[in-house]
Amino acid sequence: MTPGIVPPAIANLSWRPILLLLLIGGFGAIVLYSAAGGSMTPWAQSHIIRFGVFLTLALVISRISETFWKDIAFPLYVVVLILLIGVEVVGGISGGSQRWLDLGFIRLQPSELMKLAIILACARFYDLLPAGEIRGWTAIWPPAVAVGFPALLVILQPDLGTALMIVAGGLSVMFLAGLPLRLFIAGVIAIAIISPLSYFFLLHEYQRKRVLIFLDPENDPLGAGYHITQSKIAIGSGGVFGKGFLNGSQSHLEYLPEGHTDFVFATMAEEWGLLGGLVIIFSFIAFIRWAMNVSTNAKSKFGKLTAAGLGMTIFFYFTINLMMVMGLAPVVGIPLPMVSHGGTAMLTVMLCVGIILSIERENRRIGGLRY
Amino acid sequence: MKRPNRIVTEAQQSFTFSRRSFFLTSAQLAVGGLLAARMGWLSVAQNEKYTLLAEDNRINLTLIPPRRGWVVDRNGKPLALNKTTFRVDIIPDRLADKDRVLDELQSLLALPQEEVDQIKEDLGKAAGFQPVQVADNLDWDRFAAVSIRAQDLPGVAPAQSYARFYPEGAGVAHLLGYVGAASAKQYEESKDTLLITPGFKVGKDGIEKTVDLLVRGEPGAKRTEVSARGKLIRDLATRPDVSGKTIRLTIDANLQAFASRRLGIESGSVTVFDCLTGDILAMTSMPAYDPNSFSDGIGRLEWKMLQQDDYLPLLNKTLQGLYPPGSTLKPMVALALLQNGVEPDEVVYCNGGYTLGNRTFRCLGRHGPMTMRTAIMKSCNTYFYAMGKRIGYDAIAPVAKQLGLGQEFDLPFPSQRYGTVPDSKWKQKKYGKEWSNADTLNATIGQGYMLASPFQLAVMSARIASGKMLMPHIFAGKRKPAPPLPFPPEHLAIVREGMDMVVNAAGTAVGSRLPLEGVKMAGKTGTAQVRRIEGSQRGQSGARKYRDHGLFVCYAPTDNPRYAASVVIDHGLGGARAAAPVAKDILTYLYDPAKAMAALEALEAGWGGNVQQRMAKKQSAWMAANDPRYAAEQAAKAAEAEAANAAGANNSSNGVTNETDTRTAVENAKPRQATPTAASPEPPLPQATPSVEGELP
Repeated sequence: MTPGIVPPAIANLSWRPILLLLLIGGFGAIVLYSAAGGSMTPWAQSHIIRFGVFLTLALVISRISETFWKDIAFPLYVVVLILLIGVEVVGGISGGSQRWLDLGFIRLQPSELMKLAIILACARFYDLLPAGEIRGWTAIWPPAVAVGFPALLVILQPDLGTALMIVAGGLSVMFLAGLPLRLFIAGVIAIAIISPLSYFFLLHEYQRKRVLIFLDPENDPLGAGYHITQSKIAIGSGGVFGKGFLNGSQSHLEYLPEGHTDFVFATMAEEWGLLGGLVIIFSFIAFIRWAMNVSTNAKSKFGKLTAAGLGMTIFFYFTINLMMVMGLAPVVGIPLPMVSHGGTAMLTVMLCVGIILSIERENRRIGGLRY
Repeated sequence: MKRPNRIVTEAQQSFTFSRRSFFLTSAQLAVGGLLAARMGWLSVAQNEKYTLLAEDNRINLTLIPPRRGWVVDRNGKPLALNKTTFRVDIIPDRLADKDRVLDELQSLLALPQEEVDQIKEDLGKAAGFQPVQVADNLDWDRFAAVSIRAQDLPGVAPAQSYARFYPEGAGVAHLLGYVGAASAKQYEESKDTLLITPGFKVGKDGIEKTVDLLVRGEPGAKRTEVSARGKLIRDLATRPDVSGKTIRLTIDANLQAFASRRLGIESGSVTVFDCLTGDILAMTSMPAYDPNSFSDGIGRLEWKMLQQDDYLPLLNKTLQGLYPPGSTLKPMVALALLQNGVEPDEVVYCNGGYTLGNRTFRCLGRHGPMTMRTAIMKSCNTYFYAMGKRIGYDAIAPVAKQLGLGQEFDLPFPSQRYGTVPDSKWKQKKYGKEWSNADTLNATIGQGYMLASPFQLAVMSARIASGKMLMPHIFAGKRKPAPPLPFPPEHLAIVREGMDMVVNAAGTAVGSRLPLEGVKMAGKTGTAQVRRIEGSQRGQSGARKYRDHGLFVCYAPTDNPRYAASVVIDHGLGGARAAAPVAKDILTYLYDPAKAMAALEALEAGWGGNVQQRMAKKQSAWMAANDPRYAAEQAAKAAEAEAANAAGANNSSNGVTNETDTRTAVENAKPRQATPTAASPEPPLPQATPSVEGELP
C-alpha cells in the first residue's frame, strides 16, 4: 500500500482482523449457498448483505473513542437489562417463552446484547475500582450481581447457552481484573458439586434430555440425539478433503437438521472436510489472538479488560458451537458467528469487533507508549 | 477463610493481568487444538464408519426377492419351479393421494373392501420406502390395466415376480411341502428384511422347508437415493438377484405322478425304492392339499375343509402315519425263524387256529399242512404263531430292526414317526409288565404293539429284495454300495420264494400279477386291524373308521429285484383287495407306462375325473355347504346363466357345474362302497386277514 494513493482512512484500517472476518464470513456465504442446494436464496444472499452492513457498522464504531464506551458502559447495561426484563414481561403476558422484542425493523434479542454489555460494565467497574480494593468484598459483589441477575433472567427464557455465555464473559473480566485466584478455584469446585444438583433441580426437562443425549447420543438416534448423531455423521463422512462443493448428502438430503444455522459447521465439514474445518478453526483462533493482542497493548485498564472480555466472548461462541457440533458438548443452541445464517450473533460479534477496533485505534493513537 | 487483604498496587494488578491474559490465551490455543484434534478424529480415524452411516442414510435398498431354486427329479424334470406372476405394490413414500389412488386401484383390480382396509392398515404400519402389497397373482388383463395407469398413480408399483409352481400339484404336496410368507417369529429371529419383502416366500414343509436356505438364492436390490423426509431423489444402479440352487431328487416325477393318481379316491400312501441304490423313486401320500394354492396363501375355509377331512389330506401318511404292519411282517419273521434254526420245510398243521393255554388265536383259514414258503404264500397265521412262540419275540425284534422297522432315517423331512418294534425289555420299560406269549403271537403277525410307517415297510421290502442294508436317499448323487444284510443268501432266497408264491403261485395276491412278459412281482399282503374285534364285529364291515387297513409290500422283478415298494390303503379292508392292485399298476408303470396309464385312465373315469378335477369338485361342494356367501354367489351365477340361457345364449356351464357339485357333495357324504377298486378283478381272499382274540381276558 503506497501512501498517497490509498486514502489514509483506509490505509490505517486494521487489515488483519478485517481480512480474517472476510475469510470467515465469505466461507460462511459459500457454505450457505451450498446448504440452499446451490442457491443464493434464501440464506447466502441475506448473509452477504448482513455481513456487509454489520462490517461497515463495525468500522464506523471503530471511529468512536474509547472514552465513549467508558461513558456508556453502565447506561448501556441498564438499558439492556430493562429490555431483558421487558422481554420477560412481554413473554409472560403473551404466555410463552420469548427471546426477542420486535422493534419493527429488527427483532432485537436483548440477551444477545447483554453478552456485550456485561463485558463493558464489568470492565468499567474494575476500571473505576482502585487497585488496592481488588482483593476486597467490594470488588466481588457488584459484578457478581451484575452478571448473575441477567443470567438468571436468560435462564428463565429459557436459553441456557446464552446465560452461560453471559456468565463466562463476566467471569473472564473478573478473572483478568485480578480477583483472588482462590475464588476461582473454589468456584470450580463449587460447580463440580452444584452441577449435578442443578441438573436435577434447575434444568428444564428438555435441557436435561439434551445433557443425557450429549452423554450418549447413540441411545436415541432417531429422537433427541438425532442432531448430534447426524452432525457427527456429516463431519466424519467428509473425511480429509470433503465430498466436494454441493455434494454433501447429509445436508442436501436434509438428514442434518439446522444445517444452515447452529450446525452450519457440519454442513461445511461434509463438503470441505478436515481442511475446511482447520481453516475455520485457525481463522477464529487467529482472530481471537488479535483481540487478545489488542488487549495486551491497550493503555488503559478499561481498554485491556474490554478487549480481552470481548475476545473471550467471541471465543466462547466459537468453542461452544464447535464442541456442540462435534459431540463434545450438549446441544445448547449457540450459532457459529459469521458462518451460521442469522443476524443476531453476527451483529453482536461485529459490535464486539467495532469496540475492539476502537480500542486498537486508541492504542495506535497514543503511540509507542506502553502502559 | 479470613485473612488480611494484601494491598495491591496498579503495577501489581497490571502484572496479574498480563499473567492471567497469557493463561487465557494459552487456554484458547489449547481448546483450538482440541477442536482440531476432535475433528481429525471424526473425519480421519472414524471416516469409514461415518461414511457408511452417511450412505446408510442416503441410500435405500428395496430388496428384490430372489428366484427360488428349482427342485427337479432324477431326470431333470421339474417338480417345483417358478412361474411369472403379476403383482401390484404401493411404495408409501411416493404415494401422493392415498384415498384417490386406493379408490382407483379398487376399481381397476376389483378388490373387495376388506382387502382395501387391510392395505390401509398395512400402509399405516409401513416403513415408508418398503413396498406394501396390494394384490398378487393378477391375471394379465388386470395387471395391464394398472400398468397403463401407473403414470397417473404415483406410489403404485406394478411388478413382475415369481411364484412357486408345482406342475404335479397335490401329487408332490407331502414330498415337497409348500412355500409361504415368512412368519413374524422367523423375522424376529433373523432380522433379515428379505423375509418381510413382499413376494418373498420360504419353505414351510417337506423338502421346501429343509432345503430352504439352499434354494433361497441372493436377493437383488433396487437402490434409491432418498432424503430424510423419504422423498425419492433418484434411482441408482439395481443389483440383480441370484437365483437359488437347483436341487435334484432321486424321485421319478412321472412315477410319482402316476402313483399319486393311482391311489385314486382312497386315503393311502405309496413308496417306491430303487433296490440297487436305495434311491426313493416315489413317495406319495394321498389325498393331499394343492401346494400351489397353499403357496398363494390358503383361505380360512379351505384350511378348515382340509382339516375336517377324515381322509387326512394334511398328514404325510408315508412318514407320519403309523400302522400295525399286519402280515406284511411275515417274510421278516421267516428270516428270523431261519436265523434261529427253524427248518424251512418243517410242517405246521393249520386247522384254523392256534391254542395257547385256554385261548385260541385264529387263522383266517384252514390251511392244512404248512411249510415256511406256503405259510408266507397263504399268509397262514397258525404257522407263524407256532414258530414265533418257539423262538420268542426277543429273537425276532432284532431282525425287524435290521430290516428298517423302528429305524430313524436321516431324511430331509421336518417330521417323521418311527413306530415301535416291541420286545420284552421295551414292554418292561413302558408298561412295567412281563412279555407274554400272547404278545409274541400278536407281534408275529404284525399286530399288538407293533407299529411301522409305510416308508419303513418299503425299506424292509427293499432290503429283503436286495439282500443289502440299503439306506433311503432322496437327493440325487453317487452312492457307496450298501453292505450286505447279515443273513445267509439261502435264507433270503427262501423268503423271496415265499413272496414270489404270494403273487405268482396260489397266494393271497394272485389277482395282482403283473400284466407283463418276463417281469414278475413278488410281494406280501397285510391287513391291519384298526381296533380289537368285539363280539361278532369284524374289521370287514361297519363304519369306515373301524375298517381294516390294506397293506402290500412288494418288489420286482422276482429273479433280479430292481424296484421295491409299499402300498398302504387306509381302511381298505384288505391288502390283497385294496393295496396289491395299486402296487401292480405302479410296478407295471415302471416297465410299460402306456399299459399302466390305460388302466389308470379307465379307473379315473369311474372315480369322477383326475386328482385336480376331483379336488376342485370336492372343494366347491364343501364351500357350497359351509360358506353361505359362496353358496349365494354360486346361486347368483346360476341365475345369471339361466338368464343368459333364456336370452338364447348357449353358455350354461355355471349352472351345470353347480348341479354336478351338489351331486358330488351327496356322493361324498355317503359312506363309500366297500369295493372302490372294482375295476381290478380280484377274488376276495378272506384268509389273508389275521385275527386277534388273545388280548381279551
